[in-house]
Order: sequence, then C-alpha cells, then structure tokens
Amino acid sequence: MAIDWFRFGSPQAFFPVAGKMVPWFAFLAVAFALPGLYLGFFVAPTDATQGESYRIIFIHVPAAWMSMFLYLVMAGWAGLGLVLNTRLSGMMASAIAPTGAMFTFVALWSGALWGKPTWGTWWVWDARLTSELILLFLYLGFIALKAAFADPQRADRAGAILALLGAVNVPIIYFSVQWWNTLHQGASVSLTRAPSMAATMLAAMLLMALAAWMYSIAVALARVRSIILERERDMAWVRMSAGT
Amino acid sequence: MLEATALACERGGLRLFSDLDLALEGGSLLRVRGPNGSGKTSLLRILAGLTRPAAGSVRWRGRALDEEYGREMLFIGHAAAVSDDLTVLENLEFTVDLFQMTTNQHRNREALELFGLERVAQVPARYLSQGQRRRAALARLALSRAVPLWLLDEPFAALDSDAVERVSELAAAHLAAGGMLVLTSHQEFSIAAPATQLIELEG
Amino acid sequence: MAGFALLVRRDLRLALRRRGDIVNVLVFFVIVASLFALGVGPEPNQLRAMAAGVVWVAALLAAMLSLPRLFAADLADGTLEQLLVSPQPVLVVVAAKIAAHWLLTGLPLALVAPLIGLQYHLPANALGLLLVSLLIGTPVLSLLGAAGAALVLGARGAGVLLGLLLLPLYVPVLVFGAGAVTAALAGIDPGAHLSLLGAFLAVSSLVGPWAACAALRVALD
Repeated sequence: MAIDWFRFGSPQAFFPVAGKMVPWFAFLAVAFALPGLYLGFFVAPTDATQGESYRIIFIHVPAAWMSMFLYLVMAGWAGLGLVLNTRLSGMMASAIAPTGAMFTFVALWSGALWGKPTWGTWWVWDARLTSELILLFLYLGFIALKAAFADPQRADRAGAILALLGAVNVPIIYFSVQWWNTLHQGASVSLTRAPSMAATMLAAMLLMALAAWMYSIAVALARVRSIILERERDMAWVRMSAGT
Repeated sequence: MLEATALACERGGLRLFSDLDLALEGGSLLRVRGPNGSGKTSLLRILAGLTRPAAGSVRWRGRALDEEYGREMLFIGHAAAVSDDLTVLENLEFTVDLFQMTTNQHRNREALELFGLERVAQVPARYLSQGQRRRAALARLALSRAVPLWLLDEPFAALDSDAVERVSELAAAHLAAGGMLVLTSHQEFSIAAPATQLIELEG
Repeated sequence: MAGFALLVRRDLRLALRRRGDIVNVLVFFVIVASLFALGVGPEPNQLRAMAAGVVWVAALLAAMLSLPRLFAADLADGTLEQLLVSPQPVLVVVAAKIAAHWLLTGLPLALVAPLIGLQYHLPANALGLLLVSLLIGTPVLSLLGAAGAALVLGARGAGVLLGLLLLPLYVPVLVFGAGAVTAALAGIDPGAHLSLLGAFLAVSSLVGPWAACAALRVALD
C-alpha cells in the first residue's frame, strides 16, 4: 500500500490532520506526566548524599534531552524544506524552535535550582549547563534570524541554512565545552551523574521523557496550525473554512 | 536556444504569473511589458538564473542553466554593478575579466567613448551622476557582440536620448548578427529586429 | 583559479581605497583588549591568566565588526548579482571573499595580538603560541563569518543579528585557541589544543563556504 506522503506536505492537507492529532498527543502528555511526577516525587527513594533536591532530575534530564533532540528535529525539517522546497517543512521548523528554546531554558533553570542546594551557588560552569546555555543561544539566533525577514519564504530558507550549520556544529561545541571543562577542573558533582538508579527512578525518568515528547509534538502541531493560518490567510481554502 | 516552460513566479506569497512559456531563437527580440509589480524584473531574473521559479524550468541550448551559461548570457539589472571606489575604467575592466570577454585596452576605451565616458574614465564611480552610472554599466554592451543572449532590465531608465540611441543601435546590431535580446521597458523604443515577440504580464 | 585571483585582487584593491576600515577594526581590537585590563586591575598574575581569553574574545568581536560589510556593499551596488550570473562558480566567489577577508582582518589581528600579550605579561613562548593559535583560528572566523554575513543580507538589524548567529558557533575556536595558550602557561603540552583547532578549521572550511553559497543564492532569489 502506497501512501502519498507528499499529499500531507501541503499545508492545506496537513492543517485538519494536525488539528485531529493535537488533543491525542496533549492527552498522552498528561497521561505520562502524572504517573511520572508521582513516581519521581513521592515513590522514588531519597538519595543518600543529595537528599530530596536530586528529584529535580526528573524535570531537568528530560528537558535537556528534549532540548538537544528538538534542535536536530528542527534542522531535519529545515533541511527537508531546503532540498524538497516544501512549504510545510519551514513552518514545522518555525513551530519547533520555541518549544526547543523553552526546554533549553527549563533545563538551565532547573539546573540552577539544583545547583543552589548542591553547590551553594546558582550557576556553575558545569559542562552540561554551559552546553545548554550555548544551545539556548543557538535557538535564539535561529528565532531572531527568522523574525528578521518580512518574506516568510526567505526566512524559511535562511533559517534552514543556519539550522543545518548549527546542527553540524552542535556536537563540536559540546565536545569543546566538555574539553574546556575537564581542563579547568569543573564541579566534581554532576547533575547527570546521579547515583545508581533505582528501578522506580528509571521508570519516572522514562515516563517524564515520554511526556516531554508528547507535549512537544502536541505544541508543535498546534503552533504549526496557527502558522499555516497566518501565512496562507489569503488562500481560498483558509477563507472558505473561516467562513468569510 | 532559450526555452522556458510553464514558468510560475511567486513573490511575498503573491502569484505574479504562471504557465508562462517562451522560446527564443537567434535574431529574436523579446519585449516584456506590464504594469509595475507585474513580475517583469522577476521574469528576467528567472531567465538569468538568479531567481528560482515557483514552477517550470528554463533551458539554454536544451540544457539546464549552468556556469557555462554565464559566458553566453549578459544580464544588466536595476543596479548598475559599478563599485563606488573603483574608477569607471577599472569597473569595466573587472566586468571584462569576470565574464572572460575577449577585448583589449583600445576597445575598452572605445566602449567608454561610445557612451561619452572618456572624460570620467579615471574618476572613481562615486562621483558619477545616476545617468553616467547607467552608461558605465551599459558600456559593456559594446564589447559583448560575442555573447549570444542579452537580458536587459529597463535599459533606458535614467538615460538621455543620446544614450538611448547608442543602446538601441548596439541592440539592433546584435540582433542583426543573430543575437537574442530580452528586455523590459516602460518607454517606447525602436530597435530593428529580424523577429519580435511580446509578453504582456498582467498586474 | 584565474577567477579566484581576480576576485581577491578586487577586494584587496577596494580595501586599499578604504584603508580606514581595516585600521578601525585593528584599533577596536586593541581598545577592547586594553579595556579588560582597566576593568580587572593591573595585577600581573591575574592578567597573565586571562590574557589568551581576552585576546581571543576581542578578536571575535573585531571580526564581528568587519563582517557585515563582506557582501553588503556588493549587494547594494549590484555587483553581487553579476558575480552570481558570471561564469565563475559561486564557490569560487565565496572562497575569494573569505580569503580576502582573512588577509584583511584575520592576519592583521594575529600579527597585532602578541603586542597585547606583552601588555598582559605573557612569557615569550606563550606569545608565540598566541600568534600560532590566531593564525590557525582566524580563518575559521572568516569561513563561518562568510556564511553568517550572507545569511543576514537584507535582514532587519543585520549587524546585531550577525553577532547573535555567529558568536555561539565560534565557541570551539575560543575554547581551543585560548586553551592552547593557557595550557602552555600551566606547563601542559598545547599540541592537542592546536590539533583540535586545526580539525575545527577543516570542518569549517567544508561547511562555511557551502552555507555561504546557499545563503547568497537565497539572498538574491
């Protein structure tokens, strides 16, 4: 059975499909997050060295995973748009960027909240946190570049080139920051090097990661719908469905 | 030689034209006409290979546009492509080298003379008037006999009647020798051509 | 190759007619580097420890200052259009622009840097290393910078935007470049840093020009 995937590459065809999917993914996000939070904050055992404050990893780690992964997904969409010249791809990249930036910010914020009781300071130039900070800059650059062009097509294509350039650089930046950190003897306790994980901790982490996934998909789809409406407002099909 | 099929152009989400076909053989003059914003410049830029058409394709000698096309085509757009800090002569010499045109110092001088630029040849282009700047850009036409396809966007804008006549003469000679010319113009002009075509774009 | 030489010659000639632009970037570089000392205090050990970082950050900022002009003037007067329709491959055009930019900014910055190192009490071997790290690292600034400069053509607030896009991408240059000097001061062999810097230069010379070509086509579309 051959499905015509390109049919869904048109904003007009994708708009209703996305609309149907948003509530499902939103529901799944909640369905994963609730038991995840319960397990993480009430069931998982208290850590011997870090006490209760370690529990923020159930927010921090999924957010950090998601922030990095979303950059690659965004660059993937952008690259697809550059090669195939499909309108929807650029819109998807635009829709993902704010969510990626949000998760980066959450990872930084939760890292700082964890740092205060653990290191006694809000900010430490820990390799993971520093990389997240630079990733946030990359997201902000992408969003700023897109916002700087009045013509959405121009913005999509310029943004795509930047996202690909960033995607090639991200591993190198991570490596360089890691290298820099070991050279300068950074913090000895790392947020991600959590003590040996109990099964409940692992379960909570996975549930929260799944919740972050579902949330990202739901939000990206909802956002891409409003981008489609905004960009195609002069097209006949939008006017028809708006009843004007 | 130059063929375009089913061209469509979109600017800022607006469709300017679609399903546009054209075919040009040696000796043909194609005039593109239409109100402001109808896509005349966009069409010329598509033919020059600068702008990607929203649909359709352009072929030269039966092949897709490539770097070789750059040697066989000449495009003069709205901007004169004259650098402020180079003299008029240096600008012309750079163009000649860039497009690997066969010429010599004597012919370069003659080209400038033809457009009344001999007195400002050694003057940095920043001191030129708007019309002189256009002339400096158009001077290369006098050295481009061997370039088969000319694409000229509003070549007569900002020119005095004398310069309009020079351009028309060069264009007529080019066409008579079997060259091709595509141009947009608001002004009326008379260029003798073995074959003439017209594309009317609607606003 | 003839096309490459032609374009580099043109850019050098234009720069020679606007000598102020190159000198201004160098003066800016020296001022920024000197201000750090004024902000931190004259304690020699402290200055020595931060010297490489200061020089490298100042070099990044100076490069940032010079990059917006890389393509903007040619875009404004229509030359860029002609470069793209010319028989020269776009890659040659971009490579020539990058080479000229490095000759006019990266190289002078590298040559001036040891003077700032002296201000910061760097010993002789570290001064040499600073020069070497800048010679390897500044081409990266031009390579990735060309991509950035092409991306922001015609954008609103292009100058500030350029910094936002490029500075995060320059992080590895800063880490490896400044790290080499700092490592040498600490008695560690800087070879690994320089190798990594060289590797990043190799990666940049692949992706930078590619991105710049694509961005130029988009800008002129």
